[in-house]
Amino acid sequence: MVTTLISIFTIFVLLTAFVFIMQDRIHNMINTFIWQSSLLAAATFLTALNTGKMELYISATLTIVLKAIIIPYLLRRLVIKLNIRHKVAAIKYPFLLLIGAASLVFFCYQLIVPTNNIIAISMAVMLLGMLLLITHHKAVSHIIGFMSMENGIFLAVLLGAQGMPMAVELGVAFDVLIATVLFGVFFFQLRKNIDSLDVDRLNLLREDVE
Amino acid sequence: MTALYLLLLIPFLSALLMLLVGGAKIAGYINVMVTAVNFVMSLFVAYYFLQYGSFVVMGQYFYIDAFNLLVIVLATFTAMTTAFFSNTYMWYNVTINQLSRNQLRLYHAMYQLFIFASLVVLTTNNLGILWVAIEGATLATVLLVGMYRTKEAVEAAWKYFILCIVGVALTLFGTVLIYFSSISVLPQIDTRLLWNVLVEHASTFDPNIIKIAFIFIMVGYGTKIGFVPLHNWLPDAYTECPAPVTVLLSGVLSNVSLYALIRFKILVDHALNNNLTGNLLIGFGLLSFVVGAAFLQRQRKLKRLFSYSSIEHLGLIAIAFGIGGKTATFIGLFYMLVHSLAKSAIFIIIGGIIQQVGTQLIEKIRGLIKINSELGWSLIIATLVMAAVPPFGIFTSELLLFIASVNFSPFLAVILIFGLIYALAGLLRNIQPVVYGEPITNITKKSFLIIPAYIHLGVVLILGLYIPPVLQQLLHAAVAVITR
Repeated sequence: MVTTLISIFTIFVLLTAFVFIMQDRIHNMINTFIWQSSLLAAATFLTALNTGKMELYISATLTIVLKAIIIPYLLRRLVIKLNIRHKVAAIKYPFLLLIGAASLVFFCYQLIVPTNNIIAISMAVMLLGMLLLITHHKAVSHIIGFMSMENGIFLAVLLGAQGMPMAVELGVAFDVLIATVLFGVFFFQLRKNIDSLDVDRLNLLREDVE
Repeated sequence: MTALYLLLLIPFLSALLMLLVGGAKIAGYINVMVTAVNFVMSLFVAYYFLQYGSFVVMGQYFYIDAFNLLVIVLATFTAMTTAFFSNTYMWYNVTINQLSRNQLRLYHAMYQLFIFASLVVLTTNNLGILWVAIEGATLATVLLVGMYRTKEAVEAAWKYFILCIVGVALTLFGTVLIYFSSISVLPQIDTRLLWNVLVEHASTFDPNIIKIAFIFIMVGYGTKIGFVPLHNWLPDAYTECPAPVTVLLSGVLSNVSLYALIRFKILVDHALNNNLTGNLLIGFGLLSFVVGAAFLQRQRKLKRLFSYSSIEHLGLIAIAFGIGGKTATFIGLFYMLVHSLAKSAIFIIIGGIIQQVGTQLIEKIRGLIKINSELGWSLIIATLVMAAVPPFGIFTSELLLFIASVNFSPFLAVILIFGLIYALAGLLRNIQPVVYGEPITNITKKSFLIIPAYIHLGVVLILGLYIPPVLQQLLHAAVAVITR
């Protein structure tokens, strides 16, 4: 029963990764991120129940507090300060993108499945996060892509390997938090310098082709 | 032992101190003093190692062997000389209002924090902590790269930030995979990430998972080292940040990332019975070498020119480690040593030039010898060192690498010889008119402290002629660690 629930939650984490890719409003992206993190935490909590490991309860709490409360809160505040709440970032070729995303999942399964189901899903979530980073052109989407990658990796850590040593998990969480703050610093600097958060407009530095 | 704790504690505490006093003029001097003390500490650690051999301390969290000891001494040495150079350089930036006091404070705090993170990477035995520290070193340098807050600097910092954190995230996944594959073998959770334990049991891990893990790690740390085609951030970041930061990036950070990659290579070599890691390193290295040499030909900025030279040389170092075996690994380590010393010397000299003529555009600088003979001569000499002219250390290592590659594959040797000549042509073609010729504008001579560059070049010269027995012993011990 519990294992079935864990599987369902894990699949939903993968689904949210797909939702990210098709999302064009930053506000909805943050909501989806809260969903993804909460699902990850719920699956971790159930694994903790299943195995009775104390550390996993702590990890689940850490995930909820950091990734479903603190980071989304910081992001929301940022979005309100930058006044980009309802900005739309058009996605080019949505159909192709979906096919690409689906084939990525297929690829991960082909590569990993003989060993472990969870690892395949987490790798897929991570690579989908990377796909988001590559295809979206707004700097704010990049932070969500990075966080989605982190969630994918933590799927492997928490459900696949059932937790890493606490010092390491805390260290990683701390780094992710600092990265979020740095993203915020960058948004203001980008806004000030190029008057936009569209990373396509960062094109001053490149090789001169003659 | 106490020296090892102090080695880590000193930069951490001084980072906190710098948050308070980093904006004052005296902060630069404190920076020099602290890094000098830290260098002495690393020598104490080296002394301890020479007495007792490799050791593990603090519940196996820290581990010292010949390999990381070499990189530690090199890193603290470069940190010291760079601090010496940055003292006058950054203060000059403040006096001409290019930087504010608050930015100077941030600079000094991040400098020490970066040194701390790098030393944690180099001393830790826990692969998870290693990841956390590498990410920490990246985050600490991001603000340093964007320090000047110009459009170009912000763009370079953004590229550096996004590419490196994504790359480093991939290595976290690789690390998790290795951790995952050790579950069935190692029952105790705390030992599963310890490098020395993992190496012992590596042959029992699932080779398929290890293989995938190494690919992720290679791509991730490859991004941080700057292998082509993952190098996009490197020329931009090197060019747009303050000169002392360039010295840190090229003299410390690239060695630290390379160190992390080689640590994983050792582990994966134990797990797999084939030459996957070596082949990947040779592939990435060769591509970096060729592309780096090609991009040396047409560059408009001095630091950008030498950043491609970095890519090229790091490619050669990767090839040396990739060929493997006792000889080639020895060459790789030696090359790593002399390259980072010579490259930091060059960036120090370029820092002096930027302050002298106020630009780093190659076409705007002519007749440097007539403007400031000290800078002019040192630039041309350092360029010749970089272009592998005897009797300097880089020549020795490239010659040895060439010989090793002939034994490995004659085809590789042919590419190397043509590439080296092409790279030499690229460097000289750009630097020759900068140094000789008639000055375009009248500039009054200023004097700068580029003594650290002389020290570095002197060490490279000595190492080209003669390797002291202690260093030889350390290098051989490090080779034994890597090729075991």
